[in-house]
Amino acid sequence: MKAFAHLLERLAFTAARNAKLRLLRHYLQSTPDPDRGWALAALTGDLKLRAVTPRLLRGLIAERVDEQLFALSYDFVGDMAETIALLWQGDGGDDVPLSEAVALLQDTGRAGLPAAIAAMLDRLGPSERLAFLKLATGNMRVGLSARMARIALAEMGEPDVADIEEIWHGLTAPYQPLFDWVEGGPRPAHAALAPFRPVMLSTPVDLDQLQGFDPGDYVAEWKWDGIRVQAVNDGGVRKLYSRTGEDVSGAFPDVIEALNFDGAVDGELLVRRGDDIAPFGDLQQRLNRKTVTKAMLDSHPAGLRVYDLLIWQGRDMRLLPHSERRAALQAVDFGSDRIDVSPLLPYATWDDLAALRADPPSPVIEGVMLKRSDSAYVGGRPRGPWFKWKRDPMIVDAVMLYAQRGHGKRSGFYSDFTFGLWDGDQLVPVGKAYFGFTDEELRDLDRFVRTNTTERFGPVRSVAPKLVLEVAFEGLNESARHKSGVAMRFPRISRIRWDKPASEADLLDTLRAMLP
Amino acid sequence: MRADQILHPTEAGLYCPPGDFFIDPVRPVPRALITHGHGDHARSGHGSVLATRQTLEIMAIRYGEDFTGTRQVAEGEIRVGDVTVSFHPAGHILGSAQIRVRPDKGPTIVVSGDYCRAPNPVCAPYEPVPCDVFVTEATFGLPVFRHPDPLSEMTRLTASMAEFPERPHLIGAYALGKAQRVISLARQAGIDGPIAIHGALQRLCDYHIEQGIELGPLIPATAADVPAQLVIAPPSAFASAWVQRFRDPVIGFASGWMTVRARARQRGVELPLIISDHVDWPQVTQTVRELAPSELWITHGNEDGLMRWCELEGIPARPLRLVGYEDEPE
Repeated sequence: MKAFAHLLERLAFTAARNAKLRLLRHYLQSTPDPDRGWALAALTGDLKLRAVTPRLLRGLIAERVDEQLFALSYDFVGDMAETIALLWQGDGGDDVPLSEAVALLQDTGRAGLPAAIAAMLDRLGPSERLAFLKLATGNMRVGLSARMARIALAEMGEPDVADIEEIWHGLTAPYQPLFDWVEGGPRPAHAALAPFRPVMLSTPVDLDQLQGFDPGDYVAEWKWDGIRVQAVNDGGVRKLYSRTGEDVSGAFPDVIEALNFDGAVDGELLVRRGDDIAPFGDLQQRLNRKTVTKAMLDSHPAGLRVYDLLIWQGRDMRLLPHSERRAALQAVDFGSDRIDVSPLLPYATWDDLAALRADPPSPVIEGVMLKRSDSAYVGGRPRGPWFKWKRDPMIVDAVMLYAQRGHGKRSGFYSDFTFGLWDGDQLVPVGKAYFGFTDEELRDLDRFVRTNTTERFGPVRSVAPKLVLEVAFEGLNESARHKSGVAMRFPRISRIRWDKPASEADLLDTLRAMLP
Repeated sequence: MRADQILHPTEAGLYCPPGDFFIDPVRPVPRALITHGHGDHARSGHGSVLATRQTLEIMAIRYGEDFTGTRQVAEGEIRVGDVTVSFHPAGHILGSAQIRVRPDKGPTIVVSGDYCRAPNPVCAPYEPVPCDVFVTEATFGLPVFRHPDPLSEMTRLTASMAEFPERPHLIGAYALGKAQRVISLARQAGIDGPIAIHGALQRLCDYHIEQGIELGPLIPATAADVPAQLVIAPPSAFASAWVQRFRDPVIGFASGWMTVRARARQRGVELPLIISDHVDWPQVTQTVRELAPSELWITHGNEDGLMRWCELEGIPARPLRLVGYEDEPE
C-alpha cells in the first residue's frame, strides 16, 4: 500500500504524459502480484468495489474529532477524503498489501463496513490513508487513462500496445496472465466474447504528396466529423468501442440495439436526424454519460456509418484486400435505418477529388479518406495504405488576453494563451491554445507576456490587448459554458501577427457565422 | 500590572509601554526587539534594534550595515525601561529567539515569534521558557497539520532523482533558513555531489557556513548549463526567466503547506515536500500543555483552530490579530 500511495501521489502532481508512464511502469515492474494488478484495475477504473459514501466517512470522523475542528479543517483542505486522511490518528507502521484493502472493500458486509474501514485506517500512515479512502470512494482522479496503462504495459515487455488492446477486454483484475505474458510467458487466450480489435489509422496527406501516387490504386470516402467506433456483435454480446478500445456501449443503447448482425465492423458514430448528420457538438452531448435519458435518445438519435468489416459471420476479414472487404460490405443489409454504408466518391484524377473536397455536401464533413484497394486491415498507423486529406482549417485573427505558465519542457515559459475577438468595443475570450509555435516563437511570446503584463492571478497573467494571433482550428461547436457561446476544436496558433494592430482583429460575429 | 498593560497589539506591532519598545514591529519605531531575521519580522529603519548576534548579522546582510540607528546584542538579562528582557532559542531559523518580558511586578510574558520543535541542523533547538502568558504563532494551527519526519520527505526527493535521472530537480525554499535546512537534509539523505543554488541564496548560505554549519559543495545556478541535478531556489524564481535554463525540470517546494494537495497544485508543484520550520498541531498543543500558561495569546495564522482547542481544553486564550505577518514568511 505504501508503494501504491506513493504512485498515486506522484501521478496526481505529474502533468507530463511520459513522466506518468514512467512512474506507472516502474511501479508495475517493482510490485508483486496480485497487488500490481489491483492497482492497475483501480487506476483504469476497472475495479468495482463497494462504494463507500461520504456520509459513512463523516460518521467515522465525527466520533474522533471535534465537529468545529473538523469543519475548519475541511474548509481549509477542501476534500473530504483528504481531510479525514490527515486528521486520522494512526501509527502508520504497517505496509498493508493492497490486495488486503481490496478484499476488505469487496467482501465486508454493509453493517461491518464502518468498523472495518476504521480498523484499516488505524494501521495506515497519512499518505496510505488517503490512497485507501480514494480507493473506497472510487475516486482516483490521477489523470491516467486505460490507454496509457496499456502503453506502460507494452513498454515493460515484448507485446505491443495493439496486442494488449486486442485481449484487454477479456481480462479481469488482478491480471496475472497478462503480467506473465508481458514478462515473457504465453499469450493469454481470448476469454471474453466481443473483444476489441486494434484499429487501423491513417496518416495525413496533401495534394503535392498525392501526385506521387496513382489515383486508380485508391478509393475515396468522405471523412465525417463524428467518432470512430468499432461495433461488435459476437454471439449476441454487443459492444461499442472507441478507437482506443474504451467501451462506450453504455452511452449508446440505441446503436447497440441496432447491431443485428454477427461480426465486428469499423465505422463512424454520428447523431443523425433523418438524412441529416448533426454537428459534432450534438454527438458530444451523448458522450461520457453513464445513462441516457429517453428525451436525449429522441432529440439526439445516434447512428453508425460503416466503412469496413473486420470479422463477418465468423470469418476474419482483416487479411483480405480492402476491395474484397468493401465488396462484402456493400452486399450487407443491416436491416436498420440507424446503420448505413459510407459511400465511395467518384473521381478519376486527384484534381477531381480536390474539387469534391473543396465543396462537400455537408458541413459535418471534414475532408476525404483515401484507402488503397489492395491493403489489408492492419492495427496501428502504417504509413501508406490509408490517408486522410482534411479540409483546410478555419482561421481567425484574435487578440491575446491572458497567458499561463506551462509545465515540463515549458516550465518557466508563458506558453498557454487565451485569446479573444471583438464584440462591440469589448474583447470576449473565445479559446485557449498552447501549441502551433516554434521554440523560438515561444521565447518571443514569453518576452511579450513579461513586458506587457497588466495583472497577475497566481500563475496567470493578464496582458495588454495588443498582440494579434492567427488561430487555426478544426471545427466549431455551440457552447453554453463559454461566454462567447462557441467552442473551438483543436485551436492552435498558426501565425503570430506582430504586424497587425489589435483593432483589426476579427469580430465575434465573424466566428459565429462559421458555426455548422 | 495586568498582562495587557505590559504588552498589547498596536498597528505597528506588539508594544510594551513600561519598556517603551515594540517586538517585531511592521513599521519603523524608535526601539525594536526582533525575534528573527525573516523579512516580515525584521524590518529596516528602526532607531535601535535589540536582537541575537546572528539576527543582527543577518539583518545587516539583507538590508546593509545601516539597517538601524544603533544595535545591541541580546545576551543574558537586559533591563529595558521598567522591564527585564531575555532571549531564548526558538528552533525556527539561525539566530531565532523567543523574547521573555518580565516586569518587576506582574505576569511574565514569553513572545515565541515563529518557533519549531523538530530537530533542525541549522539552528539551536527550541527551549521551553516558563511563563504566565505565552504568545504563540498558529501558522499551522489546524489538526490536519502533522509534519512528517523531514528525512522521510528527503527520501521522496532522492527517489525522484533516481527515477528521473535526466531531469534537474528544482526545489523552492525560502532564502533564509529553509534553503539551508533543505541543503543540510539533502546531505543527511546521502546527496554528496554539488548542489546548485540560486544567486539570491549565496550570501545567506555563505553566512551559515561561516557560523559553522556544514552545507557541503555548493555551486552557483547562474550559468547557462548548471552541472547539478539538485537546484535550490527561492520560490519566486520559478516565475522568472531564470528557470528557462533548465530542461524539463521537476519543480518541488519545501513547505509545511505541501501537506494540503490543493496548495501544492496552486503552486504548480510536481514534487511537494513537507518540510516546515514552524510548529505543527501536535507541537503547538504539546507546548501549550507543557508550559501551562494562565493565558495564551495567538498572533497569526489559523488562530480559529487553536482557539477552539483552547476552548475544549479550558485554557483562556485570545487572538491578537496582528497584521503584517505572512502565512509562511521569507
